[in-house]
Amino acid sequence: MSAYNQNFVPPAAGTANGNQGISLVNGLPGAVPHHQQQSPPAAAAPASAQQYLQQKAQQQQQQFQQPPAQPYPGISSNSSLPPPPLQFNSNIANKFLPPSSTSANNGGPPPSTLPQHLRPPTANGPTSLTNGSNGAPSANSSRTASPGLIGAPQLGGLPAMPQNPQYAHGAPLPAAVPQQSQSVASLTSNMHQMNLNRTNGPSANTAPPPQQLPPQQQQLPLANPMAGSFMGSKPPNLNPSASRVIGGPPTVGGVQPAPVPAAGQRIMYGGAPGSNEQQSQNQQNNNLQRAAPPPGAGAAWPPSLPKAAVPGIPPPMQTQQPQAQSAPFAPQQPQNAAQSAPFAPPQQYQYGQAYQQPLHQPPLPQQQQQQQQHQPPPPTGMFGAQPSSTPLQYQSQPPPPSMQSQGQHPYAQPQPTSGPPQLGAPVPLNVAQQGFSRLWGQDTIDLMQNRHILSPATLPAPKVVLHNQFHESINCSPSIMRCTVTKIPETNSLLQKSRLPLGIVIHPFRDVNNLPVIQCINIVRCRLCRTYINPFVYFVDSKMWKCNLCYRVNELPEDFQFDPATKTYGDVTRRPEVRSSTIEFIAPSEYMLRPPQPAMYLFLFDVSIIAQQSGYLEAACSVLNRHLDEMPGDARTQVGFICYDSFVHFYSMAEGLNQPHEMTLLDIDDPFLPRPDSLLVNLKECKELVRDLLKLLPKRFAHTHDPGSALGAALQVAFKLMQSSGGRITVFQACLPNKGPGALEPREDPNNRSAKDVAHLNPATDFYKRFALECSGYQIACDLFLMNQQYSDMATISGISKHSGGCVHHFPLYQKTKQHMVDSFRMCFKRYLTRKIGFEAVMRIRCTRGLQVHTFHGNFFVRSTDLLSLPNVNPDAGYGMQISYEESLTDVKTICFQAALLYTNSEGERRIRVHTVCLPVTSSLPEVMHSADTEAIIGLLSKMAVDRSIASNLSDARDAFINATIDVFNAFKIAQNLPSGQSGQLIAPRSLALMPLYILGLLKHPAFRVGTSTRLDDRVYAMDCMKTLPLDQLMKFVYPELYKIDGLIYHARNSNASTTEEDDEEDPLPELPRLQLSAEHLDSRSIFLMDCGQLIMLYVGLNVPPDVLEAVLGISSTAELGDYVYGLPHIVSAEYDILQRFLLRLNYDKPYSALVQIIRDTSTAKGQFIERLTDDRSESSLSYYEFLQHIRAQVK
Amino acid sequence: MVFNFTAFTYIVALIGDAFLIFFAIFHVIAFDELKTDYKNPIDQCNSLNPLVLPEYLLHIFLNLLFLVCGEWFSLAINIPLIAYHIWRYKTRPVMSGAGLYDPTTVLKTDTLSRNMREGWIKLAVYLISFFYYIYGMVYSLIST
Repeated sequence: MSAYNQNFVPPAAGTANGNQGISLVNGLPGAVPHHQQQSPPAAAAPASAQQYLQQKAQQQQQQFQQPPAQPYPGISSNSSLPPPPLQFNSNIANKFLPPSSTSANNGGPPPSTLPQHLRPPTANGPTSLTNGSNGAPSANSSRTASPGLIGAPQLGGLPAMPQNPQYAHGAPLPAAVPQQSQSVASLTSNMHQMNLNRTNGPSANTAPPPQQLPPQQQQLPLANPMAGSFMGSKPPNLNPSASRVIGGPPTVGGVQPAPVPAAGQRIMYGGAPGSNEQQSQNQQNNNLQRAAPPPGAGAAWPPSLPKAAVPGIPPPMQTQQPQAQSAPFAPQQPQNAAQSAPFAPPQQYQYGQAYQQPLHQPPLPQQQQQQQQHQPPPPTGMFGAQPSSTPLQYQSQPPPPSMQSQGQHPYAQPQPTSGPPQLGAPVPLNVAQQGFSRLWGQDTIDLMQNRHILSPATLPAPKVVLHNQFHESINCSPSIMRCTVTKIPETNSLLQKSRLPLGIVIHPFRDVNNLPVIQCINIVRCRLCRTYINPFVYFVDSKMWKCNLCYRVNELPEDFQFDPATKTYGDVTRRPEVRSSTIEFIAPSEYMLRPPQPAMYLFLFDVSIIAQQSGYLEAACSVLNRHLDEMPGDARTQVGFICYDSFVHFYSMAEGLNQPHEMTLLDIDDPFLPRPDSLLVNLKECKELVRDLLKLLPKRFAHTHDPGSALGAALQVAFKLMQSSGGRITVFQACLPNKGPGALEPREDPNNRSAKDVAHLNPATDFYKRFALECSGYQIACDLFLMNQQYSDMATISGISKHSGGCVHHFPLYQKTKQHMVDSFRMCFKRYLTRKIGFEAVMRIRCTRGLQVHTFHGNFFVRSTDLLSLPNVNPDAGYGMQISYEESLTDVKTICFQAALLYTNSEGERRIRVHTVCLPVTSSLPEVMHSADTEAIIGLLSKMAVDRSIASNLSDARDAFINATIDVFNAFKIAQNLPSGQSGQLIAPRSLALMPLYILGLLKHPAFRVGTSTRLDDRVYAMDCMKTLPLDQLMKFVYPELYKIDGLIYHARNSNASTTEEDDEEDPLPELPRLQLSAEHLDSRSIFLMDCGQLIMLYVGLNVPPDVLEAVLGISSTAELGDYVYGLPHIVSAEYDILQRFLLRLNYDKPYSALVQIIRDTSTAKGQFIERLTDDRSESSLSYYEFLQHIRAQVK
Repeated sequence: MVFNFTAFTYIVALIGDAFLIFFAIFHVIAFDELKTDYKNPIDQCNSLNPLVLPEYLLHIFLNLLFLVCGEWFSLAINIPLIAYHIWRYKTRPVMSGAGLYDPTTVLKTDTLSRNMREGWIKLAVYLISFFYYIYGMVYSLIST
């Protein structure tokens, strides 16, 4: 369903650069230039980092904007008036205000201010966190900062955007700790940013840290630009003010226009500059103190200011607004206020609590000294300082949860949850530490206390943080390749300590837009390990590159110097291979063992009596007929059809015939081909015959009463038919094959469907597996559509797909009278026919030396230790690999996985699609735990569990799930040095907080559940899906998404009322919170939507208002709904439109749009819905909370 | 110097054991080839599987001889291996032909390393028993 790859643009068609035979066809012409543009900035590390984090263009704006958001900048802008000397004084005065007032405030304000923060979450969030966390210079400011922030929201126009994230991420620090410190500092120092940063920011940009101008001067200029950009009202003033402020250094003014890059932050927080600033601030403070006592300052301020100032406690923040407005009044003072204000707040708090009094009273030098002492120079100092000075302060304050949570958003990768982030840690984690950890995604949660843990929206994949920001920006998309940890443990023992599974889940043939496609004479690869050149290699010089997997130094061919996009020589880093971690090569002839095969499709239809009763043939033939032209393939495409019941029927469509000619093979024990040709015919040439046949087929067998199904024989002849070319065999099976070779016996005991131990998960015979292996040797893949009415031994039959790289679709109890099943099948089959396909494919997974692939999961045949044979590859197939260690990675900073998929596309072109993902290596156990990617882990665990239940038995697999969870939490407890023994808590890292939820979902999934009646075929199919679904769909399969769509309806109505003309396509859908799968969220007055992947259920409460029913479903009361209703009626209403759009969005990433089922509260179908509420308890399974308790009891 | 049945048994056992050693070596080499990508697992399994049962039967046959002539110690040191063989064959994957090795799973790292280890251990066992058989043969020849 999703967009098809456009990558097929023929090489010639694209911008084929004749030069040196390298032609670059960019799937997206725009994309390449874009990269290039970015690239130059990328050279400057900081800038590139920012790009990653957030929208590149916006970032800069945001940076500017952010500062303005805070009250101070605005003031500064206004304050163009004051002469330079005044600045100092004014600052001093301001400082006074804060210390004196703040000191008083400190005691009182925190509680009062905090609630305020909470109210305007957007602006405050990040800053507050940072403040709390920092012990650094900024740390002092935390409280003050927060007030300032409060002021910001009031200001209004301010964008609440998280400033911090940009900065934090933006500054790429080599060491994690320094990063944290910086980030924290940046966060905390929103104040700084606002105050200092803006002011400082420019300076930082312009000049390296040591050289910075006196902080004050720098600050002023910045503040102005910021304000100017934001306020816009008085831009001209700003410059003058800046110039005045700067006085000596003209550079500042010039610098201002440039966005503040991360570098600025570094500088600020980096050792020297920060201290300087502080010192300067201190000086200012001192000056201020001398100049004017707090009250005096207040008086001096413009009228508006005093209001805020006077109130005292909350004043600083509030005052700011007024200041900004008032600024025009008093020329000199406003400046002062502006300058001082920014500085003052931080100081107030920093020292306010600890040093408040001493600071004010003693003469300047003393203050400076003290401040210096407390503010240790660089990042390290910051950390060190915290515990000693700050913690007390913070502890005393009630932790502001909301602020913290908000702060997380921007920074912490894995934590989308805004919800109730109460830190569960019993241990004396002080708030500062918590703040730190939040920033870095290392916070913990007490799962027992936080039952509603699911984040509000779909979880983003955790971000891979690399030292090289460029690499980080181009790393392989998580939707294609994801590792279970985003930081690889250094050694196997470390991995064992973490108890996490190590592996990758990969969706290699995913439909992607903007795939760069390259054609060149020689594809650059490592000569030792054959790795394709990728963005993560190291260029020794312009002639050599060092492989990032085996570390061999290779030569670069001459023509690699040429950049096909710009047609220039010399810059290796502009090559698309080095600029994109997902790339496709058009392979030269060395990559072909034989001429690329044409697209070959053979369809096998079961026409036994059971198949005829189900009536699938009609739907299949009509879909085929309709989409015959859309099947991928070139002029050589061939199709063929075989039907089988007790005998095998061939259809010859030789030229000259005006009607397909049927031949029936009676000897199914020794099948042979009735004639050598005309069974597979060229689609283009014989389209009419094929269409005729497809029309005839359903009628031809409509009256057969043959109970036999000779699948084995049909497969054997199909194999003979396809042997010479390879291709795809599509098998439609409706019953148990019971004739000829490969005949099977029913094995399932229908009375035993809910037994604890599930037997017969293994194939009954290896006939189908051997067949599949044979097929795979001849590049034939078998896809299976099982439309069974009764037990059909999918465990055995699916062998034809499992080992030949095929896919399996299951439509249990298919009946042509059930329209929804027909629709579902039609959509699925249509997608199947028209999706991309790759023939005679192989996929090789390469890992950095020291790692190796341990086990593969998916449908394929493993031909050697790292090579998968995929006779066909389709865009809906996912794979998983467990990784193990060969040696430790002690000397390595990053490791890479490269998946290279070599295939023949339907146009007969040999292509190589290469994905490379790069991950950092860590030696710290907590880091490993915090970097876990729960979804990938669940994806891998489910695959491993399927293997386990087949090799051993189901209960083993279930135990393994639970043990894996317990082990992980145990390991985390050890990693965190939490006291052993029982406690009322279950502490989980944020990254793994959802693991119990998903594990419980798995335990209750049809694949692994016991105690609930589950047909064996359904179970086997579910297991097959676990192995082959790509991760995003697997997660919906395991833990469906539940939404309450009231929000949509209200949105539709509101937008209708307010803006009728704008809400067409542009109107963004409201973000609906994702609900956990528990009946406690259900509400009889609402409509709920559950997205299970291929099925979307609308659950209509009993008391939904009639107008909503009317607008959404076109009915006036729920009683009008039948028990089984599928599909939405067509209604013209805004509510219906928005629901459709929401469905569209849900379906966007799916192979085909899901079937919609509407379930009335009292309908008999309700069980289907309730069954999926996995958080709730059922007769045979635990509720989520009980499960947590079980886990907790087991965690030692 | 009497050439009795016991001596004959040991001679046969020596010859048989030489074959067993050959099987073990072949086993190790075959899996090493698999590991280093020299061979297609299907081919390799096709060449390995037919050898599994002959090896087991030969081993059991030698021990039957020991049983007949009352060489209890020789029998005892082989009993564990026989038991392992029987267990191994009972838990083999579903396959229509004889043999143990399934080409679809043989390349899993776990299976591969287990098979390698099994090969080495069996080689060691056969070698040791080879020398013991020599000793047994000489002993039985000179004992009377």
